[in-house]
Amino acid sequence: MAKLERNESPVVISSSLGEMKGGGTKVVRKKHRDPQHMHPVVNAIISVLLGILAFTCIFPFIYVIIISFTSEESIVRNGFQLIPKEWSLDAYHYLWSMKEQLFRSYGVTIFITIVGTIISVLMITFYAYAISRPQFKYRKFFTFLAFFTMLFSGGLVPTYIVVTQFLGLKDTIWALILPLTMNAFYIIIMRTFFLKSVSESILESARIDGASEWRIFFQIIFPLSLPGIATIALFSTLGYWNDWFTALLYIDDPNLVPLQSLLMKIEANLEFMRQNLDVAIMQQSLFDTIPEESAKMAMVVIATLPIAISYPFFQKYFISGLTIGGVKE
Amino acid sequence: MKGILKDIYKNRVWLLMILPGTIWLLLFSYLPMFGQVLAFKKFRIDPDGFFASVINSEWVGWDNFKYLFSTNDAWIITRNTLIYNLIFIVVGLIAAVATAILLSELINKRLSKVYQTSILFPHFISWVIGSYFVFTFLSTEHGLLNQFLGWFNIDSISWYNESKYWPFIIVFMSLWKGVGYGSIVYLASIVGIDRTYYEAAMIDGASKWKQIKHVTLPMLKPLMIILTIMNIGRIFNSDFGLFYQVPRDSGALYSVTNVIDTYVYRGLMNLGDIGMSTAAGLYQSAVGFILVIITNYIVRKVDEESALF
Repeated sequence: MAKLERNESPVVISSSLGEMKGGGTKVVRKKHRDPQHMHPVVNAIISVLLGILAFTCIFPFIYVIIISFTSEESIVRNGFQLIPKEWSLDAYHYLWSMKEQLFRSYGVTIFITIVGTIISVLMITFYAYAISRPQFKYRKFFTFLAFFTMLFSGGLVPTYIVVTQFLGLKDTIWALILPLTMNAFYIIIMRTFFLKSVSESILESARIDGASEWRIFFQIIFPLSLPGIATIALFSTLGYWNDWFTALLYIDDPNLVPLQSLLMKIEANLEFMRQNLDVAIMQQSLFDTIPEESAKMAMVVIATLPIAISYPFFQKYFISGLTIGGVKE
Repeated sequence: MKGILKDIYKNRVWLLMILPGTIWLLLFSYLPMFGQVLAFKKFRIDPDGFFASVINSEWVGWDNFKYLFSTNDAWIITRNTLIYNLIFIVVGLIAAVATAILLSELINKRLSKVYQTSILFPHFISWVIGSYFVFTFLSTEHGLLNQFLGWFNIDSISWYNESKYWPFIIVFMSLWKGVGYGSIVYLASIVGIDRTYYEAAMIDGASKWKQIKHVTLPMLKPLMIILTIMNIGRIFNSDFGLFYQVPRDSGALYSVTNVIDTYVYRGLMNLGDIGMSTAAGLYQSAVGFILVIITNYIVRKVDEESALF
């Protein structure tokens, strides 16, 4: 057993275990404890180690929330404290005074996320379903057409030129939607999913009943494949919500800046918005000092909150989605 | 000819289904691939549109590449891209598999679920937000790390100007964001392992460690191989946000944070040098393509089942 290399395949191992079973009388048990479970001490150590890792992963978010509720004066004097000397809601008041731009960016993000996800799911499932059908004569060619884009990319600069010069999408909402709709990887995953989960016999009986391929797709395939489709939809939703790169490339118009991108330019934006603040508000001297640092962190909180809140609900689907289909058949 | 038309008619439903996707692939993937010829041209916008611009631009042969490789930058960005990715692949694999095994072995399953939720969280955060997370620690005036140093009377460090710390910060952040996803993928595979292997091993008196070494790891091997090939195929590509947002585009850090992707981006957006940045992009695509083909070929020789295609 000890001679077995780590890299040997499971088949070899199971057969050698079988041999050991045959000569089982020679094996002397040295340990009495149940080998199914970890030793309690080992388990405790693992719990602590993983606990540290888990804490490291969420701590920054908690820290940012704390900073967003710290008074600017306290930050200037003591830095970003874990337990601030002085708490304050100024940052959120301040953001409220700029609600127009915030709501606009929120609106842009929500719009591209919803519209983008719908287009994306339809295009990907149509494509993947067609290339998964044995009746489709050109399926090999179109599978390759999608697969090849995973191997060789057009590159950033030619893509930029195509989107801006050929399609003329610069500073339009479509520049935030279309470049992200398709993804060869998702097509291949969905194709595998359809191959595995859709049995030809159901389709045959539907065809005998005279259902058209479109009806079959929407009334049988779609409900049947909901777990896979939900996964693609989730990936796509997250992709759109978190996207800032396409905005960085294609969007200059402040009316079309999505949330992530607003956050990215927040330093410039705070300056810009401060200049646009109502003189009246300034005269009321609502803020002795502009809560710049805490306002940044409050923006981070506002942008992250929807994900943090919905995360525990969609996490389950995300994890089950990871196993729906490998790249290979 | 009649046969083809008949075929098209017979397949009309399927062809309609792939039509939107095919148009997208042609516009957003294949047209840019054709646009890669700009790497051999001096780009000049033609009033007659995109195709005219590409076709009428003057051929300059390998000039753009010569220019690119005559600078020190080509070496720096290639080195950074390759070394970071190699570290990510090795460290990422070890961390993900180790975390997955530890998660699967925890006796308290509910605790394991809570941990999974926390560890996966950074995966859903964009690098824009990630960069603010990092900023709370590294800010020179207010950051947590400089506060720590202050307690021990150590001088503040200007983190965003000191390149020597950044290789560690970059690797740490890559792990921070990636280990959750990786470990969940492996954990899903561990959960799927047939329990009878473990039962057989236990009957033979295999300790937990031996079970991990001789059952779990070999069972994970195909997945480890396939994910590693895919990563090696992408070894010339980097996560743009990690190298652009997290260092806050700080020029003092370029020597250790500039990778091919950020170089191409800056060449295009800051310098407007289309020829040279297209050349750098084509260099990336072409080498990446060759690498996928080679790694897949090697894997197919060794273990056909694990090959990607």
